[in-house]
Amino acid sequence: MINTVTESSAAPILSVRDLKTYFFPDEGTVKAVDGASFDLLPRTTLGIVGESGCGKSVAARSILRIVERPGRIVGGAILLQQNGSQVDLAQLDPQSQEMRQIRGGDIGLVFQEPMTSFSPVHTVGNQIVETIRLHHPVSTQEARERAIAAFRSVGIPKPERRIDEFAFELSGGLRQRAMIAMALSCGPRILIADEPTTALDVTTQAQILDLLRSLQEREGMTIILITHNLGVVAEMCETVVVMYLGRVVEEGPADAIFHNAKHPYTQALLRSIPSIHSTARAELPTIAGSIPHPYNRPAGCPFHPRCPDFMPGTCDKAEPGLTVVGDGQAVSCFLYDRT
Amino acid sequence: MGSPVRLLEVNSLKKFFPIRRGVMRRVVGHVRAVDDVSFFVEKGECLSLVGESGCGKTTTSRCVLRAISPTAGQILFRPEDGSVVDVATLSKGELRPLRRQMQMIFQDPFSSLNPRRTLLDIVAEPLVANKIGSRQEQLDRVAELLKLVGLRPEYMRRYPHAFSGGQRQRIGIARALALNPSLVVADEPVSALDVSVQAQILNLMLRLQDQLGLTYLFVAHDLSVVKHVSDRVAVMYVGRIVEMAPTAPLFATPKHPYTEALMSAVPKPDPRLRSQRIVLEGEVADPANPPPGCYFHPRCRYAVDACRTETPRLREIQPGHFVSCHRAEELTLRGVSG
Repeated sequence: MINTVTESSAAPILSVRDLKTYFFPDEGTVKAVDGASFDLLPRTTLGIVGESGCGKSVAARSILRIVERPGRIVGGAILLQQNGSQVDLAQLDPQSQEMRQIRGGDIGLVFQEPMTSFSPVHTVGNQIVETIRLHHPVSTQEARERAIAAFRSVGIPKPERRIDEFAFELSGGLRQRAMIAMALSCGPRILIADEPTTALDVTTQAQILDLLRSLQEREGMTIILITHNLGVVAEMCETVVVMYLGRVVEEGPADAIFHNAKHPYTQALLRSIPSIHSTARAELPTIAGSIPHPYNRPAGCPFHPRCPDFMPGTCDKAEPGLTVVGDGQAVSCFLYDRT
Repeated sequence: MGSPVRLLEVNSLKKFFPIRRGVMRRVVGHVRAVDDVSFFVEKGECLSLVGESGCGKTTTSRCVLRAISPTAGQILFRPEDGSVVDVATLSKGELRPLRRQMQMIFQDPFSSLNPRRTLLDIVAEPLVANKIGSRQEQLDRVAELLKLVGLRPEYMRRYPHAFSGGQRQRIGIARALALNPSLVVADEPVSALDVSVQAQILNLMLRLQDQLGLTYLFVAHDLSVVKHVSDRVAVMYVGRIVEMAPTAPLFATPKHPYTEALMSAVPKPDPRLRSQRIVLEGEVADPANPPPGCYFHPRCRYAVDACRTETPRLREIQPGHFVSCHRAEELTLRGVSG
């Protein structure tokens, strides 16, 4: 993809190439991620957006190699740049020492629901100390000081006291801050945030988004933000990847996605969201039908049964590939596929 | 239009939950979930209660339905015969006939439908419980209701698992409408749905309101959704209404600093509108131990000394525009256009 955001280090820090993660339950095969490709440029925020079942979370979990059984990566590459060399995470053993170092060390993860991600029987501090000591050979005392520093850096008041509390004693916003502190405690280069603000109220969400932004500026972090909320994406991301049923349907710079969307799905999605700027009590444009069940994935382009621009004989026969349509913008739709 | 009829009028509603501690379960304090809330809903309109978690919007709606009994206050409801009854003080037996006229749409379409019963069982349940019609009439009514909400009547022998989230929410709406209610309380009816499906359900609710002359009490945290369905909006903070006004003026010219902050915190789906947010410091006040004066003052950018000591009252500063802020007249706050 053509890079317009950063000029100093244009090479992507992480490249996902034709990633395929399938689940094999007894009932059949679910192609959760089916040929997703995207690049992550250093010090930027990449947004992966889509509705439930589009494969955005599974894509993130594939990068960290924490896809749960019966899921498995069946194809593609996840190339991580590491001190000049390149590692393909898709080829590593999820349990290997190398993968364990990358997970948490190079790439941190923030989950959606901090309540269920923390252990209820250990203090948040102990859990962070454990993480730090797994990655760095430091004493418990020093790890504790680092944990307190991490708490302070994410804006938790009275970090020396909060660190000895349990997750249920913290409010939703503080819990999510603690989660971010834990993800950052080992100084990752990449932070994957999977719906980090979905469980939070809007005013708390604004605080957390501000925090992520200032941390990025301060630490030079690269962020992958996974969300269904187009508002959050518009607010935070330089680059946007739109997914639908396991496939990338469109990707490009945020401004192009929001002001010059090409794919009928992106266009329809943007039209159908209730906006705080729209007139009251007006009928909303809708997308017909609903997301198909993953077992009944439509043939051809997965969006064709709901698409207003459906071309019989084309869209239901073959799957479109990503076609470059503009500066860094690519779309997978036969309307633009000239081959 | 003639003079509007108030279908529902809530006066000084309070609901306190006791906090119990120790072996003796002594009451050591109260969570003031709903603290002196007054509002009215006119026949045929949609009033939204909006606020963040813990602001008391759901508790208020549950009191209105008498799913829980309020601690104090009046809930005046006008049944079809034109009389006025106080729902807050009625006995269980007296409530029964009224319940047919007040129905609820739930938030989670996955947990609010019994997975072991067919659509027919689910939607006909209110009819069966109230012994309305013969079996054949009930069947016809269910078919009619399913058509009304955009589902095929042939599906009535299927179980909920065969339906998507949006379709399940339609089933929940059909059930709520089975008894021809006049008041429908909808508690976050679209927040569990995907965005592309939200619009379908919101459109359906608007259409049904026109078609059947329904009155909605809509409870939500999402201001964009609220803007889409409401005639009037009441913004709640820590158990109180801080501002209540018709939708357009509330969004264009908010009068309470909390409303302003809440609206600016909503991420706008346009990268060109980035960072015009007002980020509130600190956290929502604890309803068990609220601060003195205005509950919002510790987070308010405009707070003055009076805000720390005197509790503001909800007053009407323009016709129909109620606000509880000492400085409502002098402040010029930022709204959203459109």
